[in-house]
Amino acid sequence: MSPRDIDRAPRSQGAVSRRAFLTASAAVGGGLMLEFTVRGASFAAGESSAPEAAAQLNAYVRIAPDGIVTIAAKNPEIGQGVKTTLPMLIAEEMDVAWADVRTVMAEVDPAKYGPQFAGGSLSTPFNWDPLRRVGAATRQMLVTAAANTWKVPVDEITTADGVVTHAKSGKKTTYGQLADEAAKVRPPDLKTVKLKDSKDYKIIGKPIGGVDSPLIVKGQPIFGIDVTVPGMRYAVFEKSPVFNGKFVSGNLDEIKAMPGIRKVFVVKGSVTQLDPGLYNGLTDGVAIVADKWHQANRALDKLQVKWDGGETATRSSAAFRAKADELGPKKAETSLKTEGDVDGALKSAAKVLEARYEYPFINHSALEPMNTTAHFSNGKLEIWSPTQMPGGGKTAVSKALGIPEADIKLHVTRCGGGFGRRLSNDFMVEACAIAKEAGEPVKLVWNRRQDIQHGIFRPGGYHFFKAGLDAQGKLTAFRDHFVTFSNSGKVAGSANLNATEFPATFVPNLDLGFSMMPLDIPTGPMRAPQSNVIAYAFQSFLDEVAHAAGKDPLQFQLDLLGEPKPPTINKTPFGEQKGFDNGRMAAVLRTVAEKSGWGKTQLPKGTGMGIGAYYSHQGYFAEVAQVSVSKSGDVHVQKVWIVGDVGRQIINPSAGGNQIEGGAIDGVSQALGQAITFANGSVMQTNFHDFPLLRMNQAPKIEVHYVLSDNDPTGLGEPAMPPVVPAVTNAIFAATGKRVRKLPIDTSELKTA
Amino acid sequence: MSYTIKVNGTSKTVDVTADTPLLWVLRDELELKGSKFGCGMGLCGACTVHINGNATRSCVTPISAVGTANITTIEGVGESAVGKKVQDAWLALDVMQCGYCQAGQIMSATALLTRTAKPTDKDIDDAMSGNICRCATYTRIRAAIKQAAGLPTEDKREVV
Repeated sequence: MSPRDIDRAPRSQGAVSRRAFLTASAAVGGGLMLEFTVRGASFAAGESSAPEAAAQLNAYVRIAPDGIVTIAAKNPEIGQGVKTTLPMLIAEEMDVAWADVRTVMAEVDPAKYGPQFAGGSLSTPFNWDPLRRVGAATRQMLVTAAANTWKVPVDEITTADGVVTHAKSGKKTTYGQLADEAAKVRPPDLKTVKLKDSKDYKIIGKPIGGVDSPLIVKGQPIFGIDVTVPGMRYAVFEKSPVFNGKFVSGNLDEIKAMPGIRKVFVVKGSVTQLDPGLYNGLTDGVAIVADKWHQANRALDKLQVKWDGGETATRSSAAFRAKADELGPKKAETSLKTEGDVDGALKSAAKVLEARYEYPFINHSALEPMNTTAHFSNGKLEIWSPTQMPGGGKTAVSKALGIPEADIKLHVTRCGGGFGRRLSNDFMVEACAIAKEAGEPVKLVWNRRQDIQHGIFRPGGYHFFKAGLDAQGKLTAFRDHFVTFSNSGKVAGSANLNATEFPATFVPNLDLGFSMMPLDIPTGPMRAPQSNVIAYAFQSFLDEVAHAAGKDPLQFQLDLLGEPKPPTINKTPFGEQKGFDNGRMAAVLRTVAEKSGWGKTQLPKGTGMGIGAYYSHQGYFAEVAQVSVSKSGDVHVQKVWIVGDVGRQIINPSAGGNQIEGGAIDGVSQALGQAITFANGSVMQTNFHDFPLLRMNQAPKIEVHYVLSDNDPTGLGEPAMPPVVPAVTNAIFAATGKRVRKLPIDTSELKTA
Repeated sequence: MSYTIKVNGTSKTVDVTADTPLLWVLRDELELKGSKFGCGMGLCGACTVHINGNATRSCVTPISAVGTANITTIEGVGESAVGKKVQDAWLALDVMQCGYCQAGQIMSATALLTRTAKPTDKDIDDAMSGNICRCATYTRIRAAIKQAAGLPTEDKREVV
């Protein structure tokens, strides 16, 4: 069963396909990056053999005569719930019952759907307005069709749950009956179409289960790794343990003779330099193509290759640390932001604090290993891939293999986790290169070692902080010299610090700057990129400063934030966005203090509460962790209280809650045990025994609350994660008096007996 | 070599080498893609199946060790009353995020509830800690197990 079959088969009752492709002509909604017309073949590609039925009203919606509405979900589903949430927006404004809605993954067509990717917690802010307008416009087409048929005024018609009513004449019909006529109606202007009042919502704001979940509990094949195409072989691809190492020689003939092995060949890479953008490169590797995947994977045990790792083979975690400690006390090579006179303020300060913080590289470790199925035939390439960035994948494949994008068809499957790893499409490029050479359909699946060692890592980093307090305990000076990494002379992917980083603009004398060490290993976005570590370093150091000032860390942070002031409005490539709003941050801090009993709870010795707050991806989160530390140093995160502000409306409280709970536990997981280390340019970790993910017995209790502020809703995939790490490390300080200045938490340093 | 194994109540014959892991027999020989590959070392539990009712990591179980035992996979677990209850609870509480690990989680949970109808939190920890959920849906997995067992779903674990 291919993914396209899955999208069609299991959830539909009755035939849901398309009959007439009616080319409604008016192109509308220019500013919304939406193509609202039907142009030839449309979403859910590959249904030409389906029985006739439903009418296609626009790129997103088609309606079958039985009233079943099929809505295209434009962005990749990686577990964040967008295959459910985005169609909810359309369904709400269409006024259709959710029980009558089926969703399918949209084809990759930015001309029709605008940007199609899963990242940056952007699906909500990018689509909240446009997709509701699509729904409202679709409803209007149906209402117009009814008005035309009944010869009654449009504004006398009402709709509810897919039923259209004209009360005066007592006429009633369904969307299913009107669909064909509606498809002929000229689509209204998306910009002026009327949207519902939120008090009338029947779908938005309701906890709605994931649309694929009924398939998941039955083990149906909906992930990339489950794809089967006729005549398919299986492949593994072994690369140099040192990034971009060159193939020198190998025992390929010996491997060819092993059972089930069809082809063994070297794929030559084309990476010349690493840019800070998303890594989509192809490096040298040995492809083993076999009848079955385990045969190919087993053959790796016997594969012996000599690689030339070049200069990168000298990289090591120990050398990075030594170099960072050499650079840290010096002046930053590059200044990010200077306000006032930090040196002068430190000289006159009543108290000066200095601390060095460190965190490691880590791997995304999505549980579904990187994989892609590809078939190259007669100059055309067909791809099935679990990717977060389909457009980027197509472009990368086209460039690497010299195949025009028009000749590449990409099917996006459900992703078994993303976390940013699948924004890079290196695995897709590899599969396509192998399939092209093999001349038959090939499914490439990485094994876990390859997945951990060939990551697009969350970069490690070092912060050399200084802070000055006046006699009243007020923060007067703040400095961070961030020692980070470069690739090709530029800051490595997601290894940067923002000039706006809090407490910037909230302290009179401030100096943020950075220095770089050459890396030559790809890094990139991982859930809440930058924020996931900057929050730890900054919020931990501010906690130190609060304690040094003799103040409660919550009160210290509230004092620092000060009175609410209007946020700046930033121009971004995606329109205007509000900048940091200190009032919203103070509100989530106060609320989490209240919910957690901050400062009011008597805790036994060895148990403490810590607080952390962070603004990222337009979301404001404050979190309190309660942590106990045993005499042997074992850390038990008992409970985390979370308060978030992502605007006035939680679109799907079930999926949203899942993201918050998961994000917080993800942070605890990272803090407790995860580190990728390098020696001789190679990653030392190989699987979940040495790169541990948090397990059931370690998962804390979680309590989630929202502050609903009058702002448009924004995403929940990322912003809940960053503040949990400092909440935990600050709680360890509260419990033990020991400051955690290095991640992952070293329990041997917390031992008291 | 030819092996005849009993999967979800049906006998299946496959021709594979003795060291072929059961996981890959299920996935690539029998086209039962529900059991998932995560680590290949029995560390993550995504490949969990039942062998004679016991939760077993199929990625480290060679076909030669299976014999005539009854194998149940996620595709067949709903045939048992407990398995069906677990699946229903998973849907009712919307446990899934990416869903990749959930077949293994459901298999481990079903094995637990078949053995221990009213599990304690400690029982849940013991039975489920071999199954990694990278999305960290542990809160809802715990609640769903309790729901399937007819227990209150609130997280009552002690916080001191």
